[in-house]
Amino acid sequence: MTTMSSTAVRARKGGGRRRRRSWIGWAFVAPFFLTFAFVTVAPLAYTLYLSLFQEKMLGGTAFVGLGNYVQQLTDPVFWDALGRVSIYLVIFVPVMLALSLIAALAIDSARLHFPRVFRLAIFLPYAVPGVVAALLWGYMYGTQFGLVGNIEDLLGVALPDPLSSNLVLISIGNIMVWLTMGYNMLVFYSALRVVPAELYEAAELDGAGAFRVVRAIKLPAIRPALAVTLVFSVIGAFQLFNEPNILRTLAPNVITSHFTPNMYAYNLSFAGQQYNASAAVAITMGVITMVVAYVIQRVASRKA
Amino acid sequence: MTTHRRWRIGARKVALTAAAGLALTALLGGCASSTPGSTSAAPSVSEADIENALDQETTITIWTWATTLTGIIEAFEKEHPKITVDVVNVGTGAAHYTKLENALKAGSGAPDLATVEYSVLPQFALGGNLVDLNTFGYGDLEDQFTPSVWNSTNLDGGLYELPHNAGPMALFYNKTVFDQFGIEVPTTWAEYAAAAKKIHEADPTVYLAADNGDAGFTTSMLWAAGSKPFETTGTSDVTIDLSDEGAKKFTDFYSPLLEDGLLAPTAGFSNEWYQGLASGKIASLATGAWMAGSLKSGVPTGAGQWRVAPLPTYEAGEKASAMNGGGGYAMLNQSPEQNQLVAAAFLKYMETGPGVQLSIDAGQFPATVADLQSQAFLDKPNDYFGGQDINKVFAESAENVVPGWQYLPYQSYANSVFGDTAGQAYIGHTSLEDGLKAWGDQLVTFGNEQGFTAK
Amino acid sequence: MAIVTTDTTGERTGEVPARTPRGASAPTRAKRRDPMQRRPSWVLTAGMTLLLIYSVLPLFWLVINSTKTQGALFSSFGLWFSGPFALFDNIQQVFTYGDGVFARWLANTLLYVVVGAGGSTFLATLAGYGLAKFDFPGKRGAFAVVIAAIAVPGSALAVPTFLLFSQLGLTNTPWSVLIPSLVTPFGLFLMWSYARESIPDELVEAARVDGAGEFRTFFTISLRLLAPGVVSVLLLEIVGTWNNYFLPLIMLSDPQWYPLTVGLNQWSEQANTAGGEAVFNLVITGSLITIVPIIVAFLLLQRFWQSGLAAGSVKQ
Repeated sequence: MTTMSSTAVRARKGGGRRRRRSWIGWAFVAPFFLTFAFVTVAPLAYTLYLSLFQEKMLGGTAFVGLGNYVQQLTDPVFWDALGRVSIYLVIFVPVMLALSLIAALAIDSARLHFPRVFRLAIFLPYAVPGVVAALLWGYMYGTQFGLVGNIEDLLGVALPDPLSSNLVLISIGNIMVWLTMGYNMLVFYSALRVVPAELYEAAELDGAGAFRVVRAIKLPAIRPALAVTLVFSVIGAFQLFNEPNILRTLAPNVITSHFTPNMYAYNLSFAGQQYNASAAVAITMGVITMVVAYVIQRVASRKA
Repeated sequence: MTTHRRWRIGARKVALTAAAGLALTALLGGCASSTPGSTSAAPSVSEADIENALDQETTITIWTWATTLTGIIEAFEKEHPKITVDVVNVGTGAAHYTKLENALKAGSGAPDLATVEYSVLPQFALGGNLVDLNTFGYGDLEDQFTPSVWNSTNLDGGLYELPHNAGPMALFYNKTVFDQFGIEVPTTWAEYAAAAKKIHEADPTVYLAADNGDAGFTTSMLWAAGSKPFETTGTSDVTIDLSDEGAKKFTDFYSPLLEDGLLAPTAGFSNEWYQGLASGKIASLATGAWMAGSLKSGVPTGAGQWRVAPLPTYEAGEKASAMNGGGGYAMLNQSPEQNQLVAAAFLKYMETGPGVQLSIDAGQFPATVADLQSQAFLDKPNDYFGGQDINKVFAESAENVVPGWQYLPYQSYANSVFGDTAGQAYIGHTSLEDGLKAWGDQLVTFGNEQGFTAK
Repeated sequence: MAIVTTDTTGERTGEVPARTPRGASAPTRAKRRDPMQRRPSWVLTAGMTLLLIYSVLPLFWLVINSTKTQGALFSSFGLWFSGPFALFDNIQQVFTYGDGVFARWLANTLLYVVVGAGGSTFLATLAGYGLAKFDFPGKRGAFAVVIAAIAVPGSALAVPTFLLFSQLGLTNTPWSVLIPSLVTPFGLFLMWSYARESIPDELVEAARVDGAGEFRTFFTISLRLLAPGVVSVLLLEIVGTWNNYFLPLIMLSDPQWYPLTVGLNQWSEQANTAGGEAVFNLVITGSLITIVPIIVAFLLLQRFWQSGLAAGSVKQ
């Protein structure tokens, strides 16, 4: 995130000689920013405002200052949810990125039969709306009578319940990996495609092996794309909501109403009518996400 | 003009009373002692006002997920050609209530009428969002409905719905599967538990029933066991006790089933659940009368296999049943005067007029005394259930409903956190008894946070 | 996808579009393959086949099961055909059930995609170019706010957004879906970095010296150079709006304005309660119909989106 603004600064410095500081730029950015102010900044400001009050079903609304934040930061349920998405992102973001990377390298390697078929097939799930994907996997996860159950009957083995408390996070992560792997594979693949041929020729002259080429040429070529993908995947993981929320109808005891911070906020406002507490959770999560994204960005760009 | 003004004052008075939360100290609905009609102001709208309104071009909107209103609306529109009734399906269950809450919170966008099940009616009534139907003198219709259902619509002296349907509980069972495993239809819960064991031991892939923690089912089971976990006095005093004698009866019977894994851990109404019902792996369902229609549409392949028996009881020969589900159509305060008048006429037509028979024809289980006693209704064989007169079973159950049950004024919140607390017993993280206690504790905490006096 | 509605949803997050080019002048069409790795390997192919099966299996399940009647759906093995072949029957039912509301959802989705994806791409292109090529007061602040907004979880902003929109009478109208989808902070970020790299300042300056207005320069010169980036963002936005779920779910109460995703989930939930009617066969067939247009669009536009992505990806 910082690099973005710091590059912006750099760009300005670099181009400063040629560019005048003028208001004309606003004419270009105004349509975007006006809409943005309306659909994002205003609700955000309103959320901030709401988070400072408490409205009761009986007794009306009162100003509570930071009371909602205090209450929520001392609520184990919130930390529980935050811990869960942290585990989730530490496991599944790397798994997803690794699989995408392996697929991209394999397809790019020219050592694969029918690479176009693979490229297309692995990309296909990206076309599936997240909601549909969650419904679809939910149908298949049924251990008793669903697909998992069918397979058990067929093979005469007992498979574990994908929606049991031990496995549910994996099952949710699986949906995310399935949905997003193809797109990231394509991003990495595209990055590989623009590696100049001279580099490979030089490597060949040096007698470098396949793995050496991957390490010395391909991975560095992908690294910047990887850094950005990582940051956005982490933001996505913190905001985990759709998949668990839809699977919750199937496993309401395992996927609690506060399974992820985002579900916690959602259920506070929709089931409990606690708009104010919900607003406080939203703001807190926004701050935490920004900090984490910032740190990752710093680390990733230092290595690069 | 004058009549309208008069009525408006009446309506405002009602709203004010509700908002002040002082209402006339009558006990909250459900109490047998409440005397609806007598507690509220005399009707401030005359029948002439309503007749007048029906002569003006008006469109009213109903939010519901039920698909059974079509016939009633056609008939009503035929009788009143200037009126159009629009049905909008904004979502099912919780999604529907979320939309409704949002529209209420926003102050606009709510329909004229909306499905509100009995279990969440107190919550919406408390917010002062519903029109008291005593305004139209509908308190006089009391005699036409069965008392247990009528009490669910009468809250703190206000009448917030006319009962539309009822969900007296019964035991739906797959006779083919029962015969195959030599299971007798259980009449007590002890026999039920024994059957659950027998069937699952004979074939580990088959279960007597499925339950993975459903707040609606659990509250109905508590109800049938004579438990009274939720009591509200006035508008703000809430007492929650999920370990009373009735609750103990229920947990003593039900805990072993959970602990021994005798119930299929499958979510009700999921794709998988329907698969279990269709394949005979889930052999019975203890639920409301409305399930008859859902089975027919959801499990068409089960035609001829299913039967209905009375809900088992704790003592042999005991008469104890409960309601599961059911509700009516509440009128929203946001609705403009003219629409309220038309909506009132529609409600009366639907719940006490020609609409009742049309509802029954569409598969609804009625809440009207006359129909529950009519031979034509009781003796109607149902082909899906092998020609059984299932209505008799339901009607008897409706008569045996344990009186005095109340839901919380924040029942939809309660249901939403059931899985977090009591539901933990279904995945072996706690005992059912402790789970229910945890549920109660959380509901007390929430109640106090929301300005109730809860204990 | 998060991009379109980052402000209000968290859905489809995790995927990340290509970053930008450091130079569009880079050889985007590779004229080589690794010269020394020409022999296809069956071992590698077999390994990758596992990945392929994983990707395609759920779609296969979907296709198989959309050929079944509701009865067969509940009583047959999930990964093979069973009962009468009901695909066409199901398709017909999908389009006739509930007075043919599915067709309406399809049309709504198209409207949201055309206006939302088109509009958001246009706004992001304009603004990205503006940020990259002009200096103006308040630029840094504006940028920072956009970045910050990405991090706030959208589903928690839903209620405030809903309340604001309802004050303006926008809820339950198509505007409540269209206006928010016009904003794509991620698209802005993409276009900003793309414009920064692909349009030489000298070119803009030269046009200025020639007396061309800024907008004329943009539309006649810059836009052409930006084209590959625009295509990338547009494709992302199309998928994003097509998949948009949470925002319309909150904003719309009248099914007449639902997009496909919300409608399908409503059909699915319909089985969940008393008085509802289970229509799983329609949910499954409807899901298939929802996915097919996007897949077809991908296949037809394959050349464009691949070159767009390649051009948009990073060169070290």
